[in-house]
Amino acid sequence: MKAYLILEDGTVFPGVSIGSEREVISEIVFNTSMTGYLEVLTDPSYAGQAVVMTYPLIGNYGICRDDMESKRAWPDGYIVRELSRIPSNFRSGDTIQHFLKEQDIPGISGIDTRALTKILREKGTMNGMITTKLPDDLTEATERIRAYSVRGVVLKTTTKEPYVLVPENPGNTVSKGTRTGENGAQPAPPASVFDPTSGLGLRVALMDYGAKSNIGESLAARGCEVTVWPADTPAETVLAKRPDGIMLSNGPGDPAENTEIIKEVKKFYDSDVPIFAICLGHQLMALATGAKTYKLKYGHRGGNHPVKDLATGRVYITSQNHGYAVDTESLDPDVAAPAFVNVNDGTNEGLSYKGKNIFTVQYHPEACPGPQDSGYLFDRFIRMMKEGR
Amino acid sequence: MPKNPDIKKVLVIGSGPIIIGQAAEFDYAGTQACRSLKEEGIEVVLLNSNPATIMTDKDIADRVYIEPLTVEVVEQLILKERPDSVLPTLGGQAGLNLAMELEEAGFLKENNVRLIGTTALTIKKAEDREMFKETMEKIGEPVAPSEIVEDVETGLAVAAKIGYPVVLRPAYTLGGSGGGIAENADQCREILENGLRLSRVGQVLVERCIAGWKEIEYEVMRDGAGNVITVCNMENIDPVGVHTGDSIVVAPSQTLGDKEYQMLRTSALKIITELGITGGCNVQYALHPESFEYCVIEVNPRVSRSSALASKATGYPIAKVAAKIALGYTLDEIKNAVTKKTYASFEPMLDYVVVKMPRLPFDKFISASHTLGTQMKATGEVMSICTNFEGALMKAIRSLEQHVDCLRSYDYSGLSDDKLVEELKKVDDRRIWIIAEALRRGYSYDMLNEITKIDRWFIDKLAILTEMEQALCDAGTGLSVDLLREAKRIEFPDNVIARLTGLTQEAVKKMRYENGIRAVYKMVDTCAAEFAAETPYYYSCFGGENEADGTTDRKKVLVLGSGPIRIGQGIEFDFCSVHSTWAFEREGYETVIINNNPETVSTDFDIADKLYFEPLTPEDVESIVDVEKPDGAVVQFGGQTAIKLTEALMKMGVPILGTAAEDVDAAEDRELFDRILEQCGIPRPKGHTVFTAEEAKKAANELGYPVLVRPSYVLGGQGMQIAISDADIDEFIGIINQIAQEHPILVDKYIMGKEIEVDAICDGTDILIPGIMEHIERTGIHSGDSISVYPARSISEGSRRTIVDYTEKLARALHVKGMINIQFIVDGEDVYIIEVNPRSSRTVPYISKVTGIPIVPLATQIICGHTIRELGYTPGLQREADYFAIKMPVFSFEKIRGADISLGPEMKSTGECLGIARSFNEALYKAFQGAGIKLPKYKNMIITVRDSDKEEMADIAARFAALGYRIFSTGGTARCLNAHGVRAIPVPKIEQESPNILDLILGHEIDLVIDIPAQGAERSHDGFVIRRNAIETGVTVLTAVDTARALATSMENRAKELTLIDIAEI
Repeated sequence: MKAYLILEDGTVFPGVSIGSEREVISEIVFNTSMTGYLEVLTDPSYAGQAVVMTYPLIGNYGICRDDMESKRAWPDGYIVRELSRIPSNFRSGDTIQHFLKEQDIPGISGIDTRALTKILREKGTMNGMITTKLPDDLTEATERIRAYSVRGVVLKTTTKEPYVLVPENPGNTVSKGTRTGENGAQPAPPASVFDPTSGLGLRVALMDYGAKSNIGESLAARGCEVTVWPADTPAETVLAKRPDGIMLSNGPGDPAENTEIIKEVKKFYDSDVPIFAICLGHQLMALATGAKTYKLKYGHRGGNHPVKDLATGRVYITSQNHGYAVDTESLDPDVAAPAFVNVNDGTNEGLSYKGKNIFTVQYHPEACPGPQDSGYLFDRFIRMMKEGR
Repeated sequence: MPKNPDIKKVLVIGSGPIIIGQAAEFDYAGTQACRSLKEEGIEVVLLNSNPATIMTDKDIADRVYIEPLTVEVVEQLILKERPDSVLPTLGGQAGLNLAMELEEAGFLKENNVRLIGTTALTIKKAEDREMFKETMEKIGEPVAPSEIVEDVETGLAVAAKIGYPVVLRPAYTLGGSGGGIAENADQCREILENGLRLSRVGQVLVERCIAGWKEIEYEVMRDGAGNVITVCNMENIDPVGVHTGDSIVVAPSQTLGDKEYQMLRTSALKIITELGITGGCNVQYALHPESFEYCVIEVNPRVSRSSALASKATGYPIAKVAAKIALGYTLDEIKNAVTKKTYASFEPMLDYVVVKMPRLPFDKFISASHTLGTQMKATGEVMSICTNFEGALMKAIRSLEQHVDCLRSYDYSGLSDDKLVEELKKVDDRRIWIIAEALRRGYSYDMLNEITKIDRWFIDKLAILTEMEQALCDAGTGLSVDLLREAKRIEFPDNVIARLTGLTQEAVKKMRYENGIRAVYKMVDTCAAEFAAETPYYYSCFGGENEADGTTDRKKVLVLGSGPIRIGQGIEFDFCSVHSTWAFEREGYETVIINNNPETVSTDFDIADKLYFEPLTPEDVESIVDVEKPDGAVVQFGGQTAIKLTEALMKMGVPILGTAAEDVDAAEDRELFDRILEQCGIPRPKGHTVFTAEEAKKAANELGYPVLVRPSYVLGGQGMQIAISDADIDEFIGIINQIAQEHPILVDKYIMGKEIEVDAICDGTDILIPGIMEHIERTGIHSGDSISVYPARSISEGSRRTIVDYTEKLARALHVKGMINIQFIVDGEDVYIIEVNPRSSRTVPYISKVTGIPIVPLATQIICGHTIRELGYTPGLQREADYFAIKMPVFSFEKIRGADISLGPEMKSTGECLGIARSFNEALYKAFQGAGIKLPKYKNMIITVRDSDKEEMADIAARFAALGYRIFSTGGTARCLNAHGVRAIPVPKIEQESPNILDLILGHEIDLVIDIPAQGAERSHDGFVIRRNAIETGVTVLTAVDTARALATSMENRAKELTLIDIAEI
């Protein structure tokens, strides 16, 4: 069936319908990762957005459900150049075609994703509509498209009930995609309480603002007992459990919109419990301490962004997915200082908080998809929690 | 970290002659590195024995030495030039080995020279099998179970322990030389014996066979501060077992999920970090297709063929960045040359698919085995880019220039099912065509995967192509627009669509244009359009937005490249294309290059104003012409590939700059050319143009045997043979007709004489001849395989005048504007013309360098309308240099099992090196050294000579005897030598009882074989076996009397101290 992608500026891309055939209006963003389409589809940070994959061949290795970053797919829409006719991978249990249908995600294939990406790059992120029926009145449609904004997505994606992740396979720092098999198998180093990066015995409160599952699993894999809390849980409830550390997760939408949550985050700040925050969590902590965030022209979404650690000068290739950034001009120098910066565009990628056991990053040390190079930040968090005891 | 201020003068070591496993990629890497160093104000001293390279130009390095790559030369050079640093990681394995030898000997330390880029310890950790294994074990990276052995018996024991099949890999060799997979003890013994000898350190690794696993490669970079990135990963379509250089490779990987991708990426970064590499590195993996199990196969701590491919596939200039890292910069300080906004510390993201296919030399070696294994056989490769895999594969296939354009190009429909299954089991260069036939017969993906181990995903892509073929056949002349659009999306060329539907090619094209189905161009920008890029590096696809803007306010020229490196058309033509491009730029032109070879300098995106990475077929070129609308095209610098496009370009209305198309034709068309020769009063060996074997035999008998038989319009004498009988003619014409030939066959009288070669520039009036070259070998051996001497030393003044006169007459008669190459035979005082090429030739880089005359830039300026006089040159033959420059061919025979190594009219060499010196003898000595012929070793040699050359050989044999050689010969030759007073020890022939001549060779005490086979097809089987065995056991083999004489001269004049000549001062 034919489908159309209509942008708010009136540009129409004709293509072929994939997944659900229902019509959807959403914010269109692009992701440049060459692998990890399932991780992208199941990343709650995409709630309220439709994703364009710049890599043209999607679905090659099918669907390996173990790789899902949450229980379902979140994007409002999915835009690709081409879906593979067959999946090929020993772990694949499904085709992407079927997965999109099952998850009721409307999508479009057969479009020039590069041309689309260039429009988004030049004009900035914009809204669009995926539909199987070209509207008779394009002006009316573009008005409707323009009217859309991403709202209320944190509460939509967060867990409804708290739950606990028990440390399962301690010492295995890459919780997914571990190598198996007789020859290549690498014994996981035994996690002992004496190992400085072992989280055995530590209890972490993970605030789920739309968390990717590998954040919790990265901590659990290091031995931590992780309690996952709904985003709107009052800080007092969390603190009453006397966690050794608080992990603020990633999540979707405009950070400044979450005024109630920000108030709770301020309480975490004041609590003296060690805190590590990722992406939305990083932005919420900045907002809670008086800084401002702003919307980037077209965001950072992919697995190749260089980030410099200002303390060491080292550059790490990181996994990223964010449309907003912390305005470093607005930082109170007595509260927080930039700790990481994006080498490409100089935007803030992380903060360290003065006199506090708090550090936050804009990017994704939990990877999935993308480079695992920043996994050491979880080790740093564990050391911080141990020192904080 | 800023640049290290202590680095001021750097010695860069190149990779020497082009051989299989070490080709143009190192010229690309070295050139890029030298430019990168010079950009930083570093004084660059360059050493490379290969004169055809761009890196050995005086505008690339400050001091250029085209000298043999030996320890002695490097030592002498370091003492002469006193560089403070050596950069060894850009010259391939040859450069690396040399640097290691110097470091191990303590010479570098003694002379306060440091290795930059990477330390000796790092190189050792990566290259020494035992240390590598230990290092990998230390960081928990799995390697296949293996052991290093230094003798055959231990090797057999280890193999038995690990279990067959085992892979055998000699340490420190090129392109897996001497390695292989052994299924049993007999094979194991054979490969071990050979491998132990070829290894520089006498070691062979015996390893668990992981054949059939997925082969994945990562290109990684690390700077001195420890920052690491991966440039790209690549997946070999052919699973482990086929050398990656011979595999069809796709980038990025297609069948790996993020988990596998990141697992291997993390491993590669761990490895480069542990090895402490500063610069680029290639890590090869075997990944189990049904689990996460993997093994590290190999690490190359230097730029490589794969890194050149990765650079072109992504736009990330690995060699340039590696050079900057060697100077001390960190990745985040080096600008991304493509976006000019971001930095080198990022990972390229592709929004397209890249396919690389090997260019295998089996069309040149008809007798050779087509089997592909762990030893590389490809001479070159092509790369293509498209937004889908099927399209990229289709483009790569037609870029090969091997008379293939789709999956029906080889017809296997006549095979029985049993036979087809048998063929499927063979791992050779035809595999995808055989799979295509199996798919047409409905074989299941599972079965094909089971037999070939090729991933189902790739098999499905081949199926999509065969289904499209069928759909087009079914549609016939009723082809619908939708089907046409889909066929073009997956890059079916118009001619194939025409063939399958029965429409004419013109009709297909018309239908396309009428429906707006035209190629559009997308940019390779390293970042999947995330940032605006400034570098105009394009590929085509069908459907979507066109990003290439053809508008310009300058005059615009299209430069056609020379495609994949193959025997007969090598790196020389890239040298010419690049220099011509630069010259056009200086003339104010906007330059546009089309080429498809990822190994070359011409496909570096900063050479021309625009680069189109595309097949060089008329349709692909026309699509570019439609967008770019050039003012003209230049075809005379891109070898036969470009020349072949002349007619098509004219039809597109693109003016050919320089010599006109009809004059190009006149030089190739026998009748027209004969008329011109007659008008000019220039003789040529008598000959006829024929089409059938009968006509050929008639012509031959009329001319009298021996005759030269060859197809017209070919390169490197392909298919050319000397026939001495009617039977020969039948055989040769049969072979010629196997290679689809639309052109006539030429039969010429074979004249024995001296071969002379001239490259000249003509501006329509005046002619400039930089110099006259003379071949050491008499006629009958292809000019590319002959040792060439400049200046010619053994022809009379009269002949010289005649040659100049003929050259001038011909250039004028053919209205040459630009370059012409002429080959002559001089027989006494008689001068004959044998061949004229109205284009740049193989010898142009060499003659430019040794005469100091920038031939290609001059020719380009003349094409732009300047004259020789106006450019400050006096027409005519230029003053001879006061030194000798000798170009020596280099062969890769040991890599091609079953290839006949005897020299003849068909070219077989893969590369060349130069010997330059004040005296002829020293130049000759250097040339042999440069070609890797380092004799004597054991002072035992074998001589077997055809009857006609026995007398002449006696004298040469006496000289070898005087050098201390013990000479072994079979019957007739031994008698003849002894009769002439040269002591020759008679040995039994192969079919006679042991120990015979073959045992002698396999006994490893022979270092030289001189075997002069008889002419004609009826060559003895014995000679073939002797030559093959000798070559495969590392013995030097010569098959021409003249070469043997030259070698004797060279050995008589062994010099301890060589005089090193800085080419930049010529």
